[in-house]
Amino acid sequence: MSTIAERPVAAVPAASATGARPKRTYWPFVVPAVAVVGSVIVFPWVFTVWMSMHEWTVGGARRFSGLSNYLRLMSDERFLTSVGHTLVYTLLAVVLPLIFGTLAALIFNSRLPFRGILRGVFVMPMMATPVAVALVWTMMFHPQLGVLNYLLSLVGIGPQAWVFSPSTVIPSLVLVETWQWTPLVMLIVLGGLAAIPTEPYESAAIDGATIFQRFRYITLPMIAPFLMVAVIIRTIDALKSFDIIYAITQGGPGTASETINLYLYSVAFAYYDVGYGSAIAVVFFAIVIALSLLMLHLRQRTKWIDVQG
Amino acid sequence: MNLRRAANSLGLLFVGLVLVSPAILFFLWMISLSLKFEVDNAAYPPILIPERFAWKNYTGVFESNRFGLFFLNSLIVTGAATGLALLIGVPAGYGIARMKANKAAVVVLIARMTPGLSYLIPLFLLFQWLGLMGTLVPQIIAHLVITVPIVIWIMIGYFETTPLELEEAAVIDGANRWHVFRHIALPIAKPGITVAFILAVIFSWNNFVFGVVLAGRETRTLPVAVYNMLSFEQLSWGPLAAAALIVTLPVLVLTIIAQRQIVAGLTAGAVKGG
Repeated sequence: MSTIAERPVAAVPAASATGARPKRTYWPFVVPAVAVVGSVIVFPWVFTVWMSMHEWTVGGARRFSGLSNYLRLMSDERFLTSVGHTLVYTLLAVVLPLIFGTLAALIFNSRLPFRGILRGVFVMPMMATPVAVALVWTMMFHPQLGVLNYLLSLVGIGPQAWVFSPSTVIPSLVLVETWQWTPLVMLIVLGGLAAIPTEPYESAAIDGATIFQRFRYITLPMIAPFLMVAVIIRTIDALKSFDIIYAITQGGPGTASETINLYLYSVAFAYYDVGYGSAIAVVFFAIVIALSLLMLHLRQRTKWIDVQG
Repeated sequence: MNLRRAANSLGLLFVGLVLVSPAILFFLWMISLSLKFEVDNAAYPPILIPERFAWKNYTGVFESNRFGLFFLNSLIVTGAATGLALLIGVPAGYGIARMKANKAAVVVLIARMTPGLSYLIPLFLLFQWLGLMGTLVPQIIAHLVITVPIVIWIMIGYFETTPLELEEAAVIDGANRWHVFRHIALPIAKPGITVAFILAVIFSWNNFVFGVVLAGRETRTLPVAVYNMLSFEQLSWGPLAAAALIVTLPVLVLTIIAQRQIVAGLTAGAVKGG
């Protein structure tokens, strides 16, 4: 699904004769999409809120229960734990791709030989089917037969339990997420680097600035809005992460890697408690929106050059 | 001086190779797993290139008659969801761009923020009520949640960059809106449509969560089918890796062929499915 984009600033067409015409003439183009978006996107939102106010299990009776599902959530320890997991997972899965992606973008922005081919290979992890990728990572994580523990043994590090131990499962899953989504950050930041003019660097060179100073005082401020876009997209995606966690651990061992999304899945589609599941969905949605708005707000406040969102 | 430059770019090439090594090593290992017999996959230290290749891992996947069915399911779901999305989304992107209805884009944005699972509870109940659960229709409709926003978003961005002069000239000549769209805007927008098409196909093909909830035994798509193999054949890594590779191969090939369009689309729309 598509999101916060950087549209070329020059692309906005100048005011023209068409702009003065009644906008109504374009409505027929949009109507089919409005119908589809209304029925597969807006209708589920509304219906979910309605369901969340009912006690309702698939195949069972439906009873209006007001806000009791929400009250139940607040004292549901499994839910509260899953919120904690989600936040830790998200923090790591935003920060790590951001660091590696920015580094990679700086390198791709230099005069790299075979740049096109290398970029194509670099992007492959994010286009690969997540479930297929997850299966192979599961094999690589295997404590006895997995290749990762063998690689660690080569550099003298003892075997790890990876996704099979509650204490290492979340960092291990983040490793997969980082492997897969660093390319997206790289592409976004690379777009930012491409837009930087060369003059500041030239004058910095004359002033004898070091590489670090040039990065800190020229590059970083110039790509800051792009970094912010990357942070927002990564946050949304990491919060919603499902495929990798479900395919590798199903939230386990125990519930050690159960995020809100995984818990939501269990409640709604394993226990078929759709009323309660809907309440989780609503709260989850509220968390995602709140965090996104917070970051959009932060971005706006910093008054960087306009990056269309 | 020339020598120094050569050394410099050699150094950069090395850095570049280090950069892509996580991707390359992973996929190499995936291929290696898929081509090894059980003995070799259970060997310690691990073997990268076995003495005998287990081609039967692949033939086994293709020979299973269910594979053909799941492949067809994936093809139908992705094809229909992408086709419908283009049919609906391209005109919508055009309309939104020309109306400068930036607010409409916000809906698309919120759709992007919504967790896929939260669409699924109501859709699941609806499809059950309509008695559609044994068919591919629920999955096709659910996939529209992914493909329609991708197409609309990319097409808005694209139509904003296409020149208005031609369209205005045609209007003055008496063409109606539909003709202007059909014969002037659409041909110019072909590269944008290609980008939207490719990304919609990839993210629909890769989708897992909708299938997990909505697919029955006969209506699984490939990602769901390969995941289900896991529970039955947990210990035979070779066939599992082969199946995983077959599932993701079409997407990887598409990524390589259409690298430029994909990068353009992703940086213009920063897109991801889910």
